[in-house]
Amino acid sequence: MEEGTRKPGDLWSGIALAALALTIIIQARQWEYLGPEGPGPGFFPLWYGVAMLALSALLIVSHLRRGYARGNAADWPKLGRAFSTWFALAVSVALFKPLGFVVSFALLTYFIVAVMYRRPLATAALVAVASAGGFYLVFDLALGVPLPVGVLGF
Amino acid sequence: MEILTGLLNGFAVALEPANLLWCFVGVLLGTVVGILPGLGPPATIAMLLPLTFNMNPAGAIIMLAGIYYGAKYGGSTTSILMNVPGESASVVTCLDGYQMAKKGRAGAALGIAAIASFVAGTVGVLGLMLVAPPIAKFALSFSSPEYFALMSLGLALVVLLAGRSIVKALLAALVGLWIASVGTDLFSGTSRFAFGQMELLSGIDFVVVAIGVFALAEVLANMEAREETQLLPVPKGLKNLLPTMQDLKDCRFAFVNGSVIGFLVGALPGGGSTIASFLSYGLEKAVSPRREQFGTGVIEGVAAPEGANNSETGGALVPLLTLGIPGSGTTAILLAALVLWGFKPGPLFIPEHPALFWGLVASMYIGNVMLLILNLPLVPLFAQVLRMPVYVLYPLILGVSMVGVYSVSGSMFDLLLLMVFGMLGYLMRKLDYPAAPLILGLALGAGMERALRQSLMMSEGKLSILVSRPISAVMLSLAVLVLLVPMFGKFNAWRLRALEQG
Repeated sequence: MEEGTRKPGDLWSGIALAALALTIIIQARQWEYLGPEGPGPGFFPLWYGVAMLALSALLIVSHLRRGYARGNAADWPKLGRAFSTWFALAVSVALFKPLGFVVSFALLTYFIVAVMYRRPLATAALVAVASAGGFYLVFDLALGVPLPVGVLGF
Repeated sequence: MEILTGLLNGFAVALEPANLLWCFVGVLLGTVVGILPGLGPPATIAMLLPLTFNMNPAGAIIMLAGIYYGAKYGGSTTSILMNVPGESASVVTCLDGYQMAKKGRAGAALGIAAIASFVAGTVGVLGLMLVAPPIAKFALSFSSPEYFALMSLGLALVVLLAGRSIVKALLAALVGLWIASVGTDLFSGTSRFAFGQMELLSGIDFVVVAIGVFALAEVLANMEAREETQLLPVPKGLKNLLPTMQDLKDCRFAFVNGSVIGFLVGALPGGGSTIASFLSYGLEKAVSPRREQFGTGVIEGVAAPEGANNSETGGALVPLLTLGIPGSGTTAILLAALVLWGFKPGPLFIPEHPALFWGLVASMYIGNVMLLILNLPLVPLFAQVLRMPVYVLYPLILGVSMVGVYSVSGSMFDLLLLMVFGMLGYLMRKLDYPAAPLILGLALGAGMERALRQSLMMSEGKLSILVSRPISAVMLSLAVLVLLVPMFGKFNAWRLRALEQG
């Protein structure tokens, strides 16, 4: 039944999901399971929690039975690029409060163009300013969709 | 007569200038999204969904549906010109489409793709129009046990066809059910899985999860490549886009095959346009007198799958609109859109909102005509979209995603959740967990729990109610059977072959 590829990630994701399933079961047991008016709030979560625990255990066991896969090592440079982008995005969201959307988004764009794609700094600056300005014009001014505002008032 | 009246009223809605404009915007955006590899309809619809909250619902659903079926037209362009499918549904078009282009027949391939899409897309809408009202009437007899069984069957079918590993697909669906449980239980007022966060008491917004798992994860996955993808030059001289009479004659069966297979597969949850396109290609090859030439640039090999993936749209809207059961990630987002606008897709949707249903149907006829006009003469122009540098495109997608989420609630907490779900979606891709079951579990979770609890209230706690009623018993048996299929080697080999091709 378990035809997945033999990635080491299966083991870790299985463990993480088993932990989530246990959390769900423990929480669900604190809520009413079956009351006089029918099933309580703990009924459904308990059942899918049990199913999740069983399936994650199956994933872990089937992985361990196969052993670790060879030749399936993580491609760290690729992962690094994705994680760097995610981190830059998270920083830009964190900067929304002090700097506002427009400035934070311009910085994010500059980072992606100049650092991730190694384009000339002038190109990065141009794309960053044009994109951020475009968002402000289209969403804030034309469509009336509010953008997060910083201490500078935009 | 009822259908004709409905359709005429639908055209009155669809032909309103504003709705015509939204239809055009939708199919145009869909074509562009279809052309761009790495940006799919679910991500685009999820990103744009929050921006439709202030729109007229008719215009909004017309536009979002336009993106959905428009992308299928656009997807063939890069398959034919560059051997790069814009959408997974266009993978099979590469086989003969690219070979035709290499032989100098790119124009005819693009032309037949547009014509087959138009013919089958129109047949799909016709099917939707004829099949949806009787199914909705039949479903009026459904009660909570039948709904629970139906949603279970829908989820099981999606799990079956979502990925190589059934276990991972099931786990993804269960995580979706869990996310749907977060917040205050409407039956008892108990707060569940809020972890002390006030912001979680009202639950996790579907839009946040959908944008994170589809749009953000897609950008993160595409950002892995160090260098920008080298774009192949778009061939010039695409003047002769009309296929010859002989081409059209060769494609007669392909038009019918694509239309019928596409609609039937679309109506089944989990099928999807990729499976539809492969099945119709396989059937076309099986019955063709020149089957040995398939893969070398046979025009039917383009017409059949392109037709099927467009006809699939009409089929996929049948269970969505009449039963409230989406069959894929994209239709799950459309379901969420309808719910967010205050509608309840299901058996009463057509009688209660005839203008919306028939307006959508009529707009799809109009949209298909627009797409034919757009795609035939303007293909070279659309191909220029591929010249947009990815370092401009990806920040734009990230920006629209963030603005979309922020516009729903104005909450910074939702933006943080977006980051979490973006990373979750990326990790799911890396670890081969399919996203569609998660999104479907999330979309159906609340409804499934409600139906199950109502069923057990009806039976005073006896689970036998789910199997003592014939319709729910049949559907639950089918759901169990579907999940047991992979245990049988022969069936699982077929399932894996279908998935590999897809």
